[in-house]
Amino acid sequence: MNATAYNFAYLDEQTKRMIRRAILKAIAIPGYQVPFASREMPMPYGWGTGGVQVTAAILGPGDVLKVIDQGSDDTTNAISIRKFFARTAGVATTTSTGEATVIQTRHRIPEAPLHSGQVLVYQVPIPEPLRFLEPRETETRRMHALGEYGLMHVKLYEDIARFGHIATSYAYPVKVNARYVMDPSPTPKFDNPKMDDCPALQLFGAGREKRIYAIPPHTRVVSLDFEDHPFTRYRFDAPCALCGADDSYLDEIVTDDRGSRMFVCSDTDYCEGRQAAGHRGTESAAPHKESAHG
Amino acid sequence: MADRLTENDQPLLLAEGLGKNYGRLTACRDVSFALYPGEVLAVVGESGSGKSTLLQLLSAQLAPSAGRVSYRMRDGVLRDLASLGEAERRFLFRTDWGFVHQDPAQGLRMAVSAGANVGERLMAVGWNHYGRIREAASNWLDRVEIETSRIDDAPRTYSGGMRQRLQIARNLVTEPRLVFMDEPTGGLDVSVQARLLDLMRNLVSELGLAAIIVTHDLAVARLLSHRVMVMKGGQVIETGLTDQVLDDPREPYTQLLVSSILPP
Repeated sequence: MNATAYNFAYLDEQTKRMIRRAILKAIAIPGYQVPFASREMPMPYGWGTGGVQVTAAILGPGDVLKVIDQGSDDTTNAISIRKFFARTAGVATTTSTGEATVIQTRHRIPEAPLHSGQVLVYQVPIPEPLRFLEPRETETRRMHALGEYGLMHVKLYEDIARFGHIATSYAYPVKVNARYVMDPSPTPKFDNPKMDDCPALQLFGAGREKRIYAIPPHTRVVSLDFEDHPFTRYRFDAPCALCGADDSYLDEIVTDDRGSRMFVCSDTDYCEGRQAAGHRGTESAAPHKESAHG
Repeated sequence: MADRLTENDQPLLLAEGLGKNYGRLTACRDVSFALYPGEVLAVVGESGSGKSTLLQLLSAQLAPSAGRVSYRMRDGVLRDLASLGEAERRFLFRTDWGFVHQDPAQGLRMAVSAGANVGERLMAVGWNHYGRIREAASNWLDRVEIETSRIDDAPRTYSGGMRQRLQIARNLVTEPRLVFMDEPTGGLDVSVQARLLDLMRNLVSELGLAAIIVTHDLAVARLLSHRVMVMKGGQVIETGLTDQVLDDPREPYTQLLVSSILPP
């Protein structure tokens, strides 16, 4: 196929304008889900069609793109989206969080702190945080409009009643700018505090559901909780087996069929950076316990 | 003296010339009445007589074609329901009002636990302490005679009578002043009905609730209500004290209705 047949960054200019208008509106109303005319993309729903459209709409020739999937730069999804934009837009790509200007992500926020001028684009499967409690879209929209969020606490109540603590560990609902309750896409709740007062712009694209929402830089993002059951972060209680980091979010890797496992940073760029700086882990499965971290 | 009387002397809910048409069909015509705090009004009549339409008009779920409904808010000001914004109306609906549906599945969240069902209204008005919400829920389950050990079970696992009692607890937890009930005992067997009626009668008198009960069952009206309104063809044909209307019916239709009850 001839790459020159594509418009810059794949989408035609009218589509980009439409998406940019939705993005501007989303930034103006933090946490509000703006409907947009989502396009067919050359990939299946669930693979990041929403994120790709947002990225395509904001990408300029001078941008440096990083794509991560579950924190990793080298999974199929991350590589193919990175290649997609390298080919259709010719932009520079990187795996370094610090050097990137646009980071498209699925299910993680990088460990390295983001800085102003960066844009984090999330791929979102289900943008509606109230969906599983109230199936009617007409009703959930009205609830958002009137700020009726008692139902969100019903979900957390159910968690505590059933498990003794808030067991929601990903897609943990947040309140943005003291107004809209928002689903932060299926990021682990470990990442929720990173959304608060973040210097980078955060954009969320849901392709199948045709919604875009945003958190502008330095916006207050609060995870919902109860006074007597406050929000807690969660990570496996072990250092990374490769770089020894004890503050990063870990993936569990099963290493044989006898119950051995090792924990490594889910953010590959962060882990490689630490290894390059001389940090070492055990590289074997350490005895571990699971517990919540404050 | 005048000040002391005003609280209960002024109507809580006022219906004036209320009517509803569906095209050429008149579901409800020229209904006017006043409901006072602590008063229980039963609306009786056969199917299709406009009872349920009236209830929906009164609870602002339907916009009337004619007339208006006013409600005295907690601050003492009588306000036309049509002039309330949607946010105010919905707030009223989950704080100062209760609505007990005939089918509990309509009034309950069947998939979440009983505790969360009762606690939902509290969380909606800003309660943010799990322990206190649970305590309130457990108190209410106790008051409606549901074992508190079943607090974490979903209403799916409850019997019909328990579901109905749970629905009542869910509505009363915010201490509303007015409760609408649409055939609250419909579909329950007789002994369960009796227990539910007994419970409702106690709660209504304990809490000083005003209630509007739509029913086709005259026994329910006799047990619970102070006043009765008889409807036929969308119009109120007779109204009065419960024992007066039921023991000494004036209109031929009411006489027919009363005489249709099978003697036990």
